[in-house]
Amino acid sequence: MSRVIHKFTTRVPTWRPHVTPIDYEQATPAQREALKETPSNTKISDYVLVLAHDPESLRIRTSLFNGIMYDKGGLAREERELGAVAASVVNRCIYCAAVHAQRYNNIVGDDRVMGDIFLRGKEADLDPRTRAILKFGMRLSECPPNVTQEDIGSLKEVGLNDQEILDLTLSTTLFGWANRLMHTLGEPVSGK
Amino acid sequence: MTNVIEAAANVPSTGPLADALGMRSKLMDLTQASYKAALLPSDPGGLALETRAVFACRMAKVCQQEGLTRHYAELLSSYGSEADPLSLATTDSHPPASEPRLAAMVSYVDLVTRSPKDASESDIERLRKADINESDIVRLAGLVAFVNYQLRVAAVLSVMGEAQ
Repeated sequence: MSRVIHKFTTRVPTWRPHVTPIDYEQATPAQREALKETPSNTKISDYVLVLAHDPESLRIRTSLFNGIMYDKGGLAREERELGAVAASVVNRCIYCAAVHAQRYNNIVGDDRVMGDIFLRGKEADLDPRTRAILKFGMRLSECPPNVTQEDIGSLKEVGLNDQEILDLTLSTTLFGWANRLMHTLGEPVSGK
Repeated sequence: MTNVIEAAANVPSTGPLADALGMRSKLMDLTQASYKAALLPSDPGGLALETRAVFACRMAKVCQQEGLTRHYAELLSSYGSEADPLSLATTDSHPPASEPRLAAMVSYVDLVTRSPKDASESDIERLRKADINESDIVRLAGLVAFVNYQLRVAAVLSVMGEAQ
């Protein structure tokens, strides 16, 4: 029996869709084309099969997502993951928060930072650079988004340059996008 | 100026921000392609291009993003003076009960823009009950999600550009 998860966790839940995933066998040519963009070595997830209802958007999604999270140079990978988590915490997307907190933990080799963020949000006890990035990401994710010269200044004070600020903006806002799909078109459940 | 976000945010053509965007030009191009897929798709399904522009304009106003509010108001006016008969691009107007389909969509747009954390299965149920098919539910969700991304990127770029 599966149970809906409401608390932040780094154990990645199962995602249960509210919309019927498309049936691959019945997919239109445009849907099949869009689904080709997803990695072929893994089973196509229900999430991607739900998004395949709109193949024009899905076709672009994988390259944009991978580029924002993994393209070389600029902001360190773990700090891009931190931006993703900041958005997911504000939007309470338990699924995205779990996936990206886990990636962050794997990169830095420590789960203390994410544990504290899940427990205390903005009040987490963090080093100044991590705290500034989290705060920027959370303020940007609110509605209306909060971003002022002081917000940019607080990132520059802890050493981020324009490239890093742009990369942080992209990873944070990308998750404002992903959260709005994941958290509304389905929900995280435990077990099977 | 080739893409909507940079134009709306009035990004300077030289300087550190322009260089940073240059390094991510592939991503900015993919963002522009996502804009086309969300606002100007070749197969709009049951979500007409005019309706997409109306909702985008409404979201831009909710997020107080001036450049994109202007952009979407222009896009909307390009569809003619009858494109938004209920003035839904204005944030405090709501469709009458005689328009259940539009009313359900506007509720979704507002909730998922303002407070996505409060969305639940019942909000998708409401769309379904208003006779919106599953493909159109995903199209609507995709539009709202993309525009919220675009609005925040524009917000940061316009603040950074101002200082340069």
